[in-house]
Amino acid sequence: MSTWLRNNGAVVLASAAAVLLVTGLGLALLWAPEDADQGPSQRIFYIHVPVALTAYVFFGWAAWKAFRLLWKRDDRADLESYTAVHMGVIFGVLTLVTGSIWAKISWGVWWTWSERQLVLFLILFLFYSAYFMLRYSTEPGPRRARTSAVYALFGAVLLPVSFLAIRLAEQLLHPAPLFNRDGPQMSASMFLTFCVCLAAMLTLAATLYRIELTGKRVDARLRELREHLT
Amino acid sequence: MSTGEKYLAAAYLVLFAAVLVYVVLISLKLTRIERELTELARLAEERRGG
Repeated sequence: MSTWLRNNGAVVLASAAAVLLVTGLGLALLWAPEDADQGPSQRIFYIHVPVALTAYVFFGWAAWKAFRLLWKRDDRADLESYTAVHMGVIFGVLTLVTGSIWAKISWGVWWTWSERQLVLFLILFLFYSAYFMLRYSTEPGPRRARTSAVYALFGAVLLPVSFLAIRLAEQLLHPAPLFNRDGPQMSASMFLTFCVCLAAMLTLAATLYRIELTGKRVDARLRELREHLT
Repeated sequence: MSTGEKYLAAAYLVLFAAVLVYVVLISLKLTRIERELTELARLAEERRGG
């Protein structure tokens, strides 16, 4: 069973992602109640927040793999950390775009510099975007792996700051956090829809991560083979 | 369709477009890998022959 799963992991993940995405979409657009204040545009919440949380998960995963590389000297972790940053940046772009669309309909502007959580997320995104410049400015090898790992690990400091900014901000244009001490700040049907959408996004992200990582590993092997043959 | 619904559709379309673009990029990458693999197989064959 485990061998079967290992060989067909991407297929299983992709199938689960497809089922969850269709279910999440149906729940978000047809079942969840409409928000009294924001109307239909509030339904952007069901993709914007899962996409943003997925970006945080990827940046955290990149930092964890970077830590593994530095601590355990696990060479495979370099490519895993790099792939996680790559995927985190893609989900970061999606967070900024879907957030801007939501901001335009809710606040009347695409972006505002006065909201600390927006600016902090942008800083986090730009920090990880710069990772690629650092990585490709050095020759492939252990030195590049270590430098990239230190950078990815350093970014982990920004994660709690950016994540907690939504809770700590005093001026709230940005909606309040999902949870507080009293539990979820929404109706049960909204919360269930959100959970399905979050599971869908995380499963989709895991599928893309797996495909991307396999692609990068094949690329690396091909490069080695070419060097060996020429 | 109200303005809110248009923005909602736009946000969901962004996500689907991103996944589609990703699928296209992956297919391009697979084509490149196949080409490189063919080239490397030819090189290996030449080495064995000569």
